[in-house]
Amino acid sequence: MGSNMAENHPVGFQWVTEAKLRGARLFHVDPRFTRTSAVADRHVPIRGGTDIAFLGGVIHHILENRREFREYVLAYTNAAYLVGEDFVDTEDLDGVFSGLDREHGVYDDASWQFQDTGDGGDAPTGSAAHDTAAQETHGAQGAAVEGPGPPTDPTLEHPRCVFQVLRRHYARYTPAMVAEVCGVSEAAFLEVADALCDNAGRDRTSTLVYSVGWTHHTKGVQYIRAASIIQLLLGNMGRPGGGILALRGHASIQGSTDIPTLFNLLPGYLPMPQARDYPGGLAGYVAEHGAPAGQRDRFRAHVTSLLKAYYGAAATPDNDFCFDHLPRISGDHSIYPTILGMLDGSVKGFLVLGENPAVGSANGRVHRLAMAQLDWLVVRDLVEVETATFWKDGPEIATGELRTADIATEVFLLPAAAHTEKSGSFTNTQRLLQWHRKAVEPEGDRRSDLWFAYHLGRLIREKLAGSTDPRDRALLDLAWDYPIEGPGGEGDTWGEPDPHAVLAEISGWRDEPGAGRTWLSSPEQLRADGSTTGACWIYCGSFADGVNQTDRRRPGREQSWVAPEWGWAWPGNRRILYNRASADPQGRPWSARKAYVWWDEQRGAWTGHDVPDVDAGATPDAGPFVMQSDGRGWLYVPAGLSDGPLPTHYEAHESPVPNPLYGQQASPTRERFDRRHNRSNPSAGEPGTGAYPCVLLTYRIAEHHTAGGMSRFGQRLSELAPEPFCEVSPRLAAARGLTNGDWATIVSARTAIEARVLVTERMKPLRVGDRRVDTVGVPYHWGWKGTVTGDAANDLTALVLDRNVHISEFKVATCDIRPGRRPQGAALPAYVEQHRRSAGIGEQP
Amino acid sequence: MTTLDPGAWFTPDGEPRRMGFFTDTSVCIGCKACEVACKEWNGVPSDVAGFTGMSFDNTVALGADTWRHVAFVEQAPVGLEWFGEDAAAGTAPAAPSAQDLRFLMSSDVCKHCTRAGCLDVCPTGAIFRTEFGSVVVQEDVCNGCGYCVSACPFGVIERREDDGRAFKCTLCYDRSKGGLEPACATACPTDSIQFGPLDELRDRAAGRVEHLVAAGQSRAQLYGADPDDGVGGFGAFFLLLDRPEVYGLPPDPVVPTRDAARMWRMAGAAAGVLVAGIAALVGLSPRGGR
Amino acid sequence: MSAAAGGTAAGAPGADGYYGRPVLKRPAWTWEVPWYFWTGGLAGASSVLSVAARAAGNRPLARAAAIAAAPAAAVSPALLVSDLGRPERFLNMLRVFRPSSPLSMGAWLLSAYAPLAVGAGAAELLGILPRTRTAAAVGAAALGPGLVTYTAVLLAHNAVPVWHGAQRELPFVFAGSAAASAGGAAFLLAPAAAAEPARRVAIAGGLLELAAERAMERRLGPLAAPFEGDGPAARLGRWARGLTAAGTTLAAAGGGRAGRWRRRGPPCCSPAAPASAGRCTGRASPPPRTRAPPSGRSAPAWTPASPRARDPQARSTRPVRPAPVRVRNSATLGPASSLSRHGTYR
Repeated sequence: MGSNMAENHPVGFQWVTEAKLRGARLFHVDPRFTRTSAVADRHVPIRGGTDIAFLGGVIHHILENRREFREYVLAYTNAAYLVGEDFVDTEDLDGVFSGLDREHGVYDDASWQFQDTGDGGDAPTGSAAHDTAAQETHGAQGAAVEGPGPPTDPTLEHPRCVFQVLRRHYARYTPAMVAEVCGVSEAAFLEVADALCDNAGRDRTSTLVYSVGWTHHTKGVQYIRAASIIQLLLGNMGRPGGGILALRGHASIQGSTDIPTLFNLLPGYLPMPQARDYPGGLAGYVAEHGAPAGQRDRFRAHVTSLLKAYYGAAATPDNDFCFDHLPRISGDHSIYPTILGMLDGSVKGFLVLGENPAVGSANGRVHRLAMAQLDWLVVRDLVEVETATFWKDGPEIATGELRTADIATEVFLLPAAAHTEKSGSFTNTQRLLQWHRKAVEPEGDRRSDLWFAYHLGRLIREKLAGSTDPRDRALLDLAWDYPIEGPGGEGDTWGEPDPHAVLAEISGWRDEPGAGRTWLSSPEQLRADGSTTGACWIYCGSFADGVNQTDRRRPGREQSWVAPEWGWAWPGNRRILYNRASADPQGRPWSARKAYVWWDEQRGAWTGHDVPDVDAGATPDAGPFVMQSDGRGWLYVPAGLSDGPLPTHYEAHESPVPNPLYGQQASPTRERFDRRHNRSNPSAGEPGTGAYPCVLLTYRIAEHHTAGGMSRFGQRLSELAPEPFCEVSPRLAAARGLTNGDWATIVSARTAIEARVLVTERMKPLRVGDRRVDTVGVPYHWGWKGTVTGDAANDLTALVLDRNVHISEFKVATCDIRPGRRPQGAALPAYVEQHRRSAGIGEQP
Repeated sequence: MTTLDPGAWFTPDGEPRRMGFFTDTSVCIGCKACEVACKEWNGVPSDVAGFTGMSFDNTVALGADTWRHVAFVEQAPVGLEWFGEDAAAGTAPAAPSAQDLRFLMSSDVCKHCTRAGCLDVCPTGAIFRTEFGSVVVQEDVCNGCGYCVSACPFGVIERREDDGRAFKCTLCYDRSKGGLEPACATACPTDSIQFGPLDELRDRAAGRVEHLVAAGQSRAQLYGADPDDGVGGFGAFFLLLDRPEVYGLPPDPVVPTRDAARMWRMAGAAAGVLVAGIAALVGLSPRGGR
Repeated sequence: MSAAAGGTAAGAPGADGYYGRPVLKRPAWTWEVPWYFWTGGLAGASSVLSVAARAAGNRPLARAAAIAAAPAAAVSPALLVSDLGRPERFLNMLRVFRPSSPLSMGAWLLSAYAPLAVGAGAAELLGILPRTRTAAAVGAAALGPGLVTYTAVLLAHNAVPVWHGAQRELPFVFAGSAAASAGGAAFLLAPAAAAEPARRVAIAGGLLELAAERAMERRLGPLAAPFEGDGPAARLGRWARGLTAAGTTLAAAGGGRAGRWRRRGPPCCSPAAPASAGRCTGRASPPPRTRAPPSGRSAPAWTPASPRARDPQARSTRPVRPAPVRVRNSATLGPASSLSRHGTYR
């Protein structure tokens, strides 16, 4: 669901193909009939943006028909926990949970907590999520559940136990309701639900696969939460053939969250410190974020080892290991608010590495207008992407909204090396690190990102040398000493840093006075006393024994079916996370067929095909979900999410359909930026919906890569998909007078684009209630530069975010479609404005 | 992407085996990696033209510059709307399924015929059969007579306009020489393109089609696996999910040289008639002259 | 249904093959090929006529035919070379001897024939080297018939059904039209008193051509459909047939007054011939198309030419001009604008 795996992850799809050849059934639940649907056993079309209703329907089906894997649910989830009396569900508040601050669109999660234990122990708590990025304070550990845990009801009958709360929450997600919301037939829905239930239990498992079709929504996190609930109820987590497979947007995005490019995380999902005082410095930070109490020492070891990696010899116990050098966050510094900060003049500089926001980001117009306000802009890419040239040939230059002479932004375009021209590691969605080796030397001035980061730091440090300004200590104290290789060899100031040295630093080592350096092989070896260095605790061991473990390539036929010697997976080379759940509470495999790891009575230890995901010395009592403080999978989440403890169906920010389930139309916590250049199309219930009657989906196709920088500028891929196009059903084509192969204009409140028309039976209108909903699908890869050019589809989408992770709702919006090319030049904004006025959307400030 | 056993290329006696492709279109996902890998390895030029409106197919057909071509076939029962107004009006909506709508994808390639028309008619010997049974054009010999173009019953080989010579798939002969699979088979993520000894591929394909038919794909069929067909069987054959015509393939291809003996006999007879006729007519004539 | 409103995807596959695309490639041959066929036929038949006339004692006619053969024999290889994508590599044709390739056979045949015919014609014109001339003429006459009819095999070695299907009659069509050409040419060049046999050869050739062509079309059955109706192939075919018939009739009627008629009449050899032949070659033929076969093999289906294909006839019709004597080399093997399962692969 939410994935077009065959098209956008074709290499990974080989395993799906292989599973099919071995008898697996493949269901594709998706608004479009794609190349994935073509090879699936069944394609189930649903209306875009209604996946929670579908998944909620599956949960309803499981619970009402007693199809859950009861033993697993009881032992490994929080189903038996009792929720506090203050909690009020969406059923009673017409679509919102208790604790909502409607004015700010945020929840106070105090009422979501579990019931107090009443025995004086720590009540399970989560911090109140008032400030915008507060949920990130939980880091990898999630919210804390400490002490003996809340009262439970092992019979699962107590009306306030999680199991019953779940039942009540999804009571109206019946097959008939799913059909009405999603536009799917009850029969098709039930076929999927039954298939999942039938394929569960001790001997069978199912996998759910999603991609950015689930994440690019105002409620994407809850899509995945809903999937988690299904997989926990059916006992599909931590077991071979189970799990939830998150297919990433492009190469090594998993790596860029593990070693994050995110504003609110430090490597290994450690929370970024907040801009406030931590009593006792590092100790205070550890006390607040290092939950639960029993794991604080471990947390402290992770942070200290990271600080040692950052600051080396400068980090000592006396100076709190330079904890105060770390940046602090004061709010939502994610990309979109930052872009709007540019527009408003509060952000002056922008460093863009391997990204093309002028084409790929939601509401590209806003990005281009914002960048025109910058003092400076640095773009590093393989080619001269649109982000580097918006100031001279962008669409707003054509319309006259921007004039080159008026743009004061100083733009630096720097050439970057491709992955074939540098060595390094990729981390894929299974947490598998694989080393890739440089195949060719980069031509000309192209250099790796590592080179750029290293030398940028080197130059800044040289400029700051001798500074006595305390704020410069954070840079001057950095351990910035990587061996240089490359054309000039040693002594070549401008050579490439050795990426192995970076991996080694990430993995970690221990310096013992007199004994020299020993390589770490497990996060448990990290110490809080400053004797160990390791930049990312979950990657600890990737350079064990001084060997690049990620570069192992022993063929599958020469090792076990788990293939532990292909690359290296975090944590500790475990191939399936939480794999203790593959055994029953006593430690025995659920079935011989699904045996994976188990408790060896004789040896008194965990063993199995994979590295058991339990602490050394753990007994069968160990909970499988080791990243959670209580070792359990959370069906109900009392803290850590901004938009509710349970997934709830809301319509997309822009939807022609009224929410059939609740009075609450769209997510009450979505982040809106209502302003000029980012106006919204009216949704159901508001006047003017008729002006934008169609559902708009944007997506990728196999032939191109994201915003096109790697595909549109070459011949090979350009010839495969030479022009932007939109996919429409024959019915919509007839209604709107669209002709296959000709042009069409697609318009939203943001702008209008033109694309070739592909009339296809694969696009079907859906029946929703008593109405027909037409869908227009537009791949978004094109821009105005490159071998093949065209309008950028994401210019159509609005900037509106999921508050949990600040991702924009690319995947669903509304639009209108008309035959013929769009107006050119200054006529374009006039056309968009005219269309907007017909919807009653006036000129807002 | 299978890895070929180095021993697969030769018989136990050390003789090269006939190698070929089995393209199993039932697992093709239309990613076109084969097209790109082929062009990259073989240095085939790209032709960036416009949008065709032919589903996801913008390279249209095999030719001088397209040695692998993925066809996209969309099949929908006419008049079936899943959940349109008709359904809302009371007609029970049909349950959508893969059977309602089919999206067939197939990577086409030179068939490397057992009896190859192009090879038969090539007057320069530029086209030859390799030790692995593939049919290859030697670019340094071809003089661009174009005779092979009209001799191919599949429309595969073509003369490159700006070059003058004829081009087609070589079954990556250069890679074969080095014990490597062809580029397209190497790139194919789902093993839709399988490369190997032809006899083994035929056995494998027979089992596969049997399985598919049993699973309800009633129109699944092998194309070109029969050594008794009009071209003596393909060196690159296919498992199709529908009739060959649907994919733009001729259903009963015949090598044009099959009737060569009769043609030459008829030509001889006509030549005889010509000679005899002229002789008779000239001999019968009254003596001319002044 | 929306399809009726024009909204449906272009060329839904299955109904019309693959988006109505042709299966076969447009043959690569250029304008030189029909002229090559015609000059080869004219030369080959003339060489035969020359030797036959000499044997019959008609030396003026022998001389005229030999002189007619020489330029045609000289131009023919040039046309063949010029047609190549890489003309400088013509000699690669002579690096192998390949019986399976009619073009290989033709190349060797032409390579042997052309010097003989040119030599014989030159010697005749200059009145030198009588022995060599005789030997060359006999050699040319021996190879000439092969040159005339091998082109039919060349053309029939073809995946395009209408050509492949014409394999039986095509050699006779070519033989007839070559005889008509050679007869016509010799009739023009020879002194009136000696030209009478040439006239008979021209008439007989024309009749043979018309008869063979008719037999061919009849046997081709539905494959001959492109010759009927209003298509460009059909129009050219009617012109060609009419001209051949008219020319033959004129030749027959003009017998006694041949000398006088010849002196003031228009030329008998017209470039209309290669134009007609041109329609046999790739240059002149839109690519055949395929479509889903009808149920059963008994009902061949036809598809109109692709509207997207350029109209190739536009160029081939250019040299067609009316002429009193229609001399043709190859018959109306019009463009195979259709391809049926039934017709293609018999």
